[in-house]
Amino acid sequence: MRLKIEPRLETPRWLPFVSIVLALILALLIGAIPLAYGGLDPFVAYRQMFRTGFFEPYSFSDTLVKATPLILAGLGVTIAFRMRLWNIGAEGQLFLGAWATTGVALFWLPPTTPKVVMLAAMTLAGFAAGALWGAIPGVLKAKLGVNEIISSLMLTYVAFEFNNYFVYGPWAAGGFGLTAPFPRTAWFPRLTDFGDAVPAFRGMTAHLGILYGVVAAVILFIIFKYSKWGYELKVIGDNPDAARYAGMNLSRTIIMTMIISGGLAGLAGMSEVAGVVHRLQENFSPGYGFTAIIVAWLARLNPLAVIVVGYLFGGLLVGGDAIQPAGIPLLIQGIILFCVISADTFTRYRLRIVQPVASTATN
Amino acid sequence: MSNTPYALEMRGITKRFPGVLANDDVNFAVEKGEIHALLGENGAGKSTLMNMVNGLYRADEGKILLDGKPVKFSSPRDAIDSGVGMVHQHFMLVPTQTVSENLILGQKAPRFYINYKKLEQDIAELSRKFGLAVDPQAKIWQLSVGEQQRVEILKMLYQGAKLLIMDEPTAVLTPQEVTDLFKTLREMTATGHTIIFISHKLDEVVEIADKVTVLRRGKVVATVDGHATSKAELARLMVGREVLFRIKKKPAEPTTDALVIDSVSCENDRGLPALRDLSLTVRSGEVVGIAGVAGNGQTELAQVITGLREAKFGTITVQGQNVTNQSATATIDQGLAYIPSDRNGVGSSPNLTLADNLILKSYRKPPIGPGWRIDLKLVRSQAEKLIEQFDVKTPSADLPARLLSGGNLQKLILAREISRQPKVIIAVYPVRGLDVGAIESIHQMLIDERDRGAGILLISEDLDELLSLSDRIVVLFEGQIVGEVPPEDERIDEIGLMMAGTKVEHSHAT
Repeated sequence: MRLKIEPRLETPRWLPFVSIVLALILALLIGAIPLAYGGLDPFVAYRQMFRTGFFEPYSFSDTLVKATPLILAGLGVTIAFRMRLWNIGAEGQLFLGAWATTGVALFWLPPTTPKVVMLAAMTLAGFAAGALWGAIPGVLKAKLGVNEIISSLMLTYVAFEFNNYFVYGPWAAGGFGLTAPFPRTAWFPRLTDFGDAVPAFRGMTAHLGILYGVVAAVILFIIFKYSKWGYELKVIGDNPDAARYAGMNLSRTIIMTMIISGGLAGLAGMSEVAGVVHRLQENFSPGYGFTAIIVAWLARLNPLAVIVVGYLFGGLLVGGDAIQPAGIPLLIQGIILFCVISADTFTRYRLRIVQPVASTATN
Repeated sequence: MSNTPYALEMRGITKRFPGVLANDDVNFAVEKGEIHALLGENGAGKSTLMNMVNGLYRADEGKILLDGKPVKFSSPRDAIDSGVGMVHQHFMLVPTQTVSENLILGQKAPRFYINYKKLEQDIAELSRKFGLAVDPQAKIWQLSVGEQQRVEILKMLYQGAKLLIMDEPTAVLTPQEVTDLFKTLREMTATGHTIIFISHKLDEVVEIADKVTVLRRGKVVATVDGHATSKAELARLMVGREVLFRIKKKPAEPTTDALVIDSVSCENDRGLPALRDLSLTVRSGEVVGIAGVAGNGQTELAQVITGLREAKFGTITVQGQNVTNQSATATIDQGLAYIPSDRNGVGSSPNLTLADNLILKSYRKPPIGPGWRIDLKLVRSQAEKLIEQFDVKTPSADLPARLLSGGNLQKLILAREISRQPKVIIAVYPVRGLDVGAIESIHQMLIDERDRGAGILLISEDLDELLSLSDRIVVLFEGQIVGEVPPEDERIDEIGLMMAGTKVEHSHAT
């Protein structure tokens, strides 16, 4: 008797959802082992985590803050992954976006610039810088066939060092890997800014970035479902030879997709510095661009689902901060990705137990 | 039976793949020390049969005996351990490693320490013995295709192969390399090795083989003495003359020139000449059949016409419009329909729905694609209409294309191409692997299109299909048209010979 893995002809509609839920449960169970080893009661720790992430007065706002970059970068990853372009460099694109945003806010526009103009310029700069960083692996892939997984990942480390150069060098304020804070005109409006009108908003730090995320998700949803471009992404992702046969321009679409993918990740960086950090600094992102890959995958590359999954992961980050030892949220994220990808296999394949055929070695 | 057992004997071998009977009750025997050619058209079942000897496939029925002893291999590893080695058409070498390293790959022998000096001496020894000159320290990617093939042969010899199966070894070689290879093969038989030589080229089979077994449609047609046979006899055995069925059609009424190919040359993926100065005209309302053994430029011809491959020289016009080296989009807009040979790999997008597959060529323009968007309602209603009209059997238009059977998928592709009312249709192996019912409906669709006024270029290896559908047949060999023949059953031997590269006198019988 042995196990055999066979491709499924048809995947039942319910299976992907059930598999994700089971994968999440399994991930939490596995995560309980290191928690217990670290001297925590996993049950207590998880309860604390979920309470802080989702059920306390400020949970909603705090979780939205963490969810914002995850959603924006997750959407960027989604569009690239849709056409099987494995852009795993969202983190680098995010850093570049934040860098250009900072340039606009601190150096390239005077602090007296009207807020609307300032934020619009920052948005454009953030998108453009991320787009440029995404376009590099896109062009390399389209023109020279360079593997985008490697180039986009490597460019991420270039982006880190680029960023470090500025925060320790020309843009440093005080030499601690920080720039000076942004002028108030360069801050995203936050809920707490409306605390005078709505007292309930006092102390809530959720900012305009989340609206960027929601709008971007809706736009992507429309593109994927109704547009010619979305159709081309679908065909190219499924069968590049058929796309070529149908007369689609593969290199142009690859570059365009990487531009938008990088641009959205750049917006994630922009919204993080404009909405939360209010300055550029070393390591301002705890790996949002990498977590975005998990978010996109868990959302099955559905832009609307990215909002939901991004929110859940935001809660996990907020809740994870509440329990010790630190590093647990990252650990659990990794386990979740592992379980989800494994579960994905079982939506396309089935396990079957086969009895060996008696080997009839006739004379 | 003789006293000395056969080096290889296969008895009653049957192998089925889903929907295809690849080998049907095949009996095949090879004597020790001979070069035995296995001849047949593409798809006749030669490679399948040999892959069973090599342990890649397992036979559904029948027995395989090596030196008189029954064997059951479950992997190529088992086969080589019993002295059976196969050199595939696509080499199984690691490009970044050296010749020596490739030779010991997967071997049991050096478990940890590799004595390169000894290894290289052994290789040099083998090279000298069989005239297989290669530098053991060269990396595979630095070698020519001919040298890589030598490495493959060396690998098999080094691993102890006594029976060597060569799958179309000359397809990738220059004439000089072919001569060298044949010398090596004779060297090997002189030292007691046995060789099975898979081919569809008559010239070389007559030159090298001691025995020839001819396969057709998965069955053995005959085994003949290689020294006593003639190319004409082999051609007749290979293509056969049984007539399956003939489609009813009225005589063609060709009108104006629909597709004009004028002195076109192009290269294949490896940068070698694929078409050489080829000229051909297809008129509206006629079917021009292109006969030829696969690999003589058929795929490249279809690609160069449809804008998927660059023409180095020459011009191509569709109804007077120059489409030479235009994009695929431009050829689509000019009214060119293309039914590619690879239905799943090129002609459709397997995980997309039938409805999505049906708009592959029409999504760019209204009515399906007005402005930036696609009219999903129209996509759906049109899909349902076409599925009904072309009799595609499916539960719904939302089914992923990969779940359709071959025949239904081909009908879907034809529905898409024909519904655009093309001026020219390029159909490459349109019924390969389909059952009789599907073949009949596909053929009827093509004839209906001809009668509507489309010019049709039919590329096929199946002479029955060509004779049944074509109004004229031209033969393609090594990228050139070697002759034109009217589609008459009596001319089948002539076509077979031309397909095998033999120029036939008075072949222009127009």
